[in-house]
Amino acid sequence: MLLEIAGLRKSFGAIVVADDLDLTIAHSEAVGIIGPNGAGKTTLFNLIAGGLSPSAGRMRFDGRDLAGLPPQGRCRAGIGRTHQIPQPFENLTVFENLLVGAVHGRRKSEREAAQACGEILAQLGLLKRANVLAGSLTLLERKRLEMARALASAPRLLLLDEIAGGLTEGECAELVATIGEIRKSGVAILWIEHVVHALFAVIDRLVVLNFGRKIAEGPPKEVMQRPDVHQIYIGIEA
Amino acid sequence: MDPGTAKPKQIFRIATAHGVSRPAAAIACIVLLGLVLLPTFAGRNLIQDLIFLFYMLALAQCWNLLAGYAGLISVGQQAFVGLGGYVLFALTLVAGLNPLLAIPVAGIVSAALALPTALIVFRLRGAYFAIGTWVVAEVYRLGFAQVKALGGGTGTSLTPSVTASVPGIEWIKTLLDVRTPAARDIASYWLALALVVGTLAFVYFLLRSRQGLALGAIRDREAAAASLGVDITSIKLAVYVATATMTGMIGALIYLQKARISPDAAFSVLDWTAYVIFITVIGGIGTIEGPIIGAVVFYLMQRYLADFGAWYLILLGTLGILVMLLAPRGLWGLLSRRYDLTLFPTRRRLETEPDE
Repeated sequence: MLLEIAGLRKSFGAIVVADDLDLTIAHSEAVGIIGPNGAGKTTLFNLIAGGLSPSAGRMRFDGRDLAGLPPQGRCRAGIGRTHQIPQPFENLTVFENLLVGAVHGRRKSEREAAQACGEILAQLGLLKRANVLAGSLTLLERKRLEMARALASAPRLLLLDEIAGGLTEGECAELVATIGEIRKSGVAILWIEHVVHALFAVIDRLVVLNFGRKIAEGPPKEVMQRPDVHQIYIGIEA
Repeated sequence: MDPGTAKPKQIFRIATAHGVSRPAAAIACIVLLGLVLLPTFAGRNLIQDLIFLFYMLALAQCWNLLAGYAGLISVGQQAFVGLGGYVLFALTLVAGLNPLLAIPVAGIVSAALALPTALIVFRLRGAYFAIGTWVVAEVYRLGFAQVKALGGGTGTSLTPSVTASVPGIEWIKTLLDVRTPAARDIASYWLALALVVGTLAFVYFLLRSRQGLALGAIRDREAAAASLGVDITSIKLAVYVATATMTGMIGALIYLQKARISPDAAFSVLDWTAYVIFITVIGGIGTIEGPIIGAVVFYLMQRYLADFGAWYLILLGTLGILVMLLAPRGLWGLLSRRYDLTLFPTRRRLETEPDE
């Protein structure tokens, strides 16, 4: 198993945002996460990526205990993430944004990292924008940059947080194709998404969260047919 | 993409210090040479003014690195200015060390004390960090006020034998045919010039290194930098200690030149931090060029408006507020955006071969 989460719990005072969560992801597997707003999806990502520390529970990545490992350590271990609201380094160029991940996440020299960064930019259609400031990018480009930057750190698990939200149909289809390619290259994917058809084009397994709890898990189509899931989702799929 | 067409694999290269750098480097060399040779023909007033300009610029570069890049908004850098000054006084007056040697030792002592200071203030964030650094500086001030051997609360002066023992003063006297006080100023001038060039070079080469790349990322978005593998705490600590070292050396030089020290002056938040923040902010925080512009503006205001007393400070404050409101990226931000200027290129460009 690449990622093993057992009994994960996080609470802020009386509010429980992750409640006894168990989740495993195999090497090069793609898993989707859905759930209403406030279900604890992004919190789960913050717990995995190390931005938050859990109140209880255990996480192992590739057999290694993640407890006490800071975000940069988790990145170097092979966990890459994107943010729901893109967080580009606005005063660095697009290429420099990737270099940060390649140089510090993979511990390569800038010279060694240039080739990989160029290839990732080409793959994500950002090559023409390589030398412009990231602050001048459009929303779609910022989302691509989020992904490109995470890929530059050579992750084995990529956490995608609502990467398809706010995009047009065409843009969304392109993005799904790109994520499919990344997946084929052997990177495991854990993907939070409200745009269900985009999610279903890529994932093998679906997890449904509500109020910090896992309420369903299994093959995407079957899970969506369950009445409890359907009830929660009726408002979102519309 | 069709794999069948066997498109030649693209080769990517990184390029730094692009374009503008060569003429800019030539101009920088000429300016530097001019500044080195200046004492041969300039008057003593100008030399003294430039010493002031140089050390304010060096302090501003340090604060810019600290606050503009590493996000450490310290209002307690006077702790290291005063510390450096006092170490110089202690080493020369009490231990009899040569002042020129005392300057680097002041830097080392500042670094050694910056580490435990960091252990305390690094537990604080944002505004609390700012206040914490100020409190620490006050502790330093009160501490040195207790040292009777260095004049306690009223301070002390360097003896003429100490100030005249800077190597090269005799040489300057004969070479330029000046009296001892003028020769002292010229020696201080060259030391200040060396320190400011050293500080600029340090900041520039740091920003071009991999740590500099990380500092740019931390400046823009700290949390995202961490999730890309940047070890934020280590880099911040290194920047804090490095700037404390340089600030301590600058402090030693300032008080060697002034030849008189007291706790209130040496640990003055107004002189060594508020003015420095003003310089950095009006020039353009988070750039190397900003503090240079800011220091020149500050020097000119000080030179021509200081006679207006309280009005001078009111004017300074008003200018600061106006720049923050109308040009949040400072005067250099306005210029560089309009004319696409860089004096110290740190950008890394991606270049493609074969070029399309």
